[in-house]
Amino acid sequence: MVLAAPVEGTEDLPTARRRRRSRESGAEVGKAGPLVYTVLALGAALSVFPLYFMFVVATRSNDAIGGLPPVLTPGGQLAENVQRLLGNADAHFLRGLANSVLVSGSVTVAVVLFSTLAGFAFAKLPFRGSNVLLLTIIATMAIPLQLGLIPLYILMVKLGWVGDLKAVIVPFLVSGFGVFMMRQYSASAVSDELIEAARVDGCSTLRIYWNVVLPAVRPAAAVLGLFTFMQTWNDFLWPYSVLNQDQPTVQLSLATLSSGYYSDFAQIFAGTALATLPLLLVFVLFGRQIIGGIMEGALKA
Amino acid sequence: MSTDVTTPVPAATPARTPDPDRPGRRERFALLRSRADNKASPYVYIAPFFVLFGIFGLYPLVYTAWVSLHDWELASAEHPWSGLDNYRQLVTDPVFWNALGNTAGMFVLATVPQLALAMFLASLLNRRLRGRTFFRLSVILPMATSVAAVSIVFSQLFSRDFGIVNWVLGGVGVHPIEWQATKWSSWSAIALMVNWRWTGYNALIYLAAMQAIPRDLYEAAALDGAGAWKQFTRVTVPLLRPTILFTVIISTIGGFQLFTEPLLFNSGSSNYQGGSLRQSQTLAMYVWENAFVKFDFGYASAVAWVLFVIILVASALNFLAVRRLGGKD
Repeated sequence: MVLAAPVEGTEDLPTARRRRRSRESGAEVGKAGPLVYTVLALGAALSVFPLYFMFVVATRSNDAIGGLPPVLTPGGQLAENVQRLLGNADAHFLRGLANSVLVSGSVTVAVVLFSTLAGFAFAKLPFRGSNVLLLTIIATMAIPLQLGLIPLYILMVKLGWVGDLKAVIVPFLVSGFGVFMMRQYSASAVSDELIEAARVDGCSTLRIYWNVVLPAVRPAAAVLGLFTFMQTWNDFLWPYSVLNQDQPTVQLSLATLSSGYYSDFAQIFAGTALATLPLLLVFVLFGRQIIGGIMEGALKA
Repeated sequence: MSTDVTTPVPAATPARTPDPDRPGRRERFALLRSRADNKASPYVYIAPFFVLFGIFGLYPLVYTAWVSLHDWELASAEHPWSGLDNYRQLVTDPVFWNALGNTAGMFVLATVPQLALAMFLASLLNRRLRGRTFFRLSVILPMATSVAAVSIVFSQLFSRDFGIVNWVLGGVGVHPIEWQATKWSSWSAIALMVNWRWTGYNALIYLAAMQAIPRDLYEAAALDGAGAWKQFTRVTVPLLRPTILFTVIISTIGGFQLFTEPLLFNSGSSNYQGGSLRQSQTLAMYVWENAFVKFDFGYASAVAWVLFVIILVASALNFLAVRRLGGKD
């Protein structure tokens, strides 16, 4: 959806959707037999198992984990394990959790705001140089940020941001992918007539953005927000490079826990379970939108 | 929109005003303001992206190339120009070649089975199915997990003495394997983590593309006597080529930057080496080691640039390879 999407993909979205839906039911190939269900159920089990195992270990004592055959049912030790986790002075787990909420939350809000604004400008406002600038944004998406890891670090040293949460927030407030995605969506989902009518009524451009564009692009903005949140929550390499152990994100707390010389697996797994919980929550609440986002994005490719 | 009604309408104002001079001025002012608004707004809206990207994206990128041409240590105040020395050093650095081999090996082990399996899953999900949403959700559940958490869980599943994998293998007579110890075993275990996490995502992408294939194509193929397999290879795969290309390139970009999984799969404080013999050290880990353990920023930047070029070349090669796939239909 990123690299191959046509820039001038301005087909009218509602009709495209309707067409897609009718095609969807038409294109299904054959009815699923018992074998298909068995394979899919097996796949589902394999998907769930590592997570299930994580919660099992998080609720067990270390003695139970170190035995064979492996334990596969939850126990009652969760509270003790979490207590040891929170008492672990090296991991700063609670602070890591709070930091991750703060970082992921602010990055998500900013990316959605700036992407919808810029997407609206590119899709609906005529201005000099818009094509070249949009192409520039698309080109930036091909560049992995890791490449700039070292100069970014040098920059952080100069700014005095090493060990500061600003270092993992500010560089990520904008996203080329987000701008492009919102540009594509705005082009089809925001009606020109509505913008024209608002202009005739004397609305400023900002007012049009707020009252006309934002409501129309909400579905895509939600998907962008979900992906941004999950991605930021998961970010590892950069926080690992620029933050310190006493001001971590939750992923760094996990890394500290797991690199300890003693292995208190019950405690480590209690940590992984707690760090995964917010993502699972997002997944349970917005799973359908995530599916929709992946599949719609694929169709734009 | 309801609030818009209360907004004063500039065009209507002059008619009601008795003074013949003021409305014109006010009108002109409103016109100027709206013209300025029209002209400036787009630039204001796209400015945040370009300002922030320029500072934190473009500048580091260009600067990496610059740093790589210097003898640049974090601690020293001077960074003498060294030309292509860092790149020369890299060509004869066995650790670099080892990391490149590891990265490529894990990339192949993680991408080929993953995309094949995703295609298979997508073709199953594309049938008339009860509980469609449930199965779709179940395949992308691994995406909604933390990479760090998953790496830790998998390293436990693969532990030599008490890991489930060895226990299951022991049931069929295989001796306990020390997964971290050799190249092939650690590559396989790490590739399995990547596969577990991303197969479902790719399956949904393929599924979406499959559903966009008009049904009459299959009917026509069936009339011509094509069986299920032939329909799959002659209709589905050729029409999915752009999508396959997309997933291959995304996997290439992601695969060559592999870092968190191999790092946390290995334990101890020098886990960035990917094991005592660097069995599973990737290029990204080697960049990290040079930058943040040895503080040799010049050399680390050179490795980073080479990594970037490798990603570009690998993407281009994949592009050509996939374009050939089913090209003579």
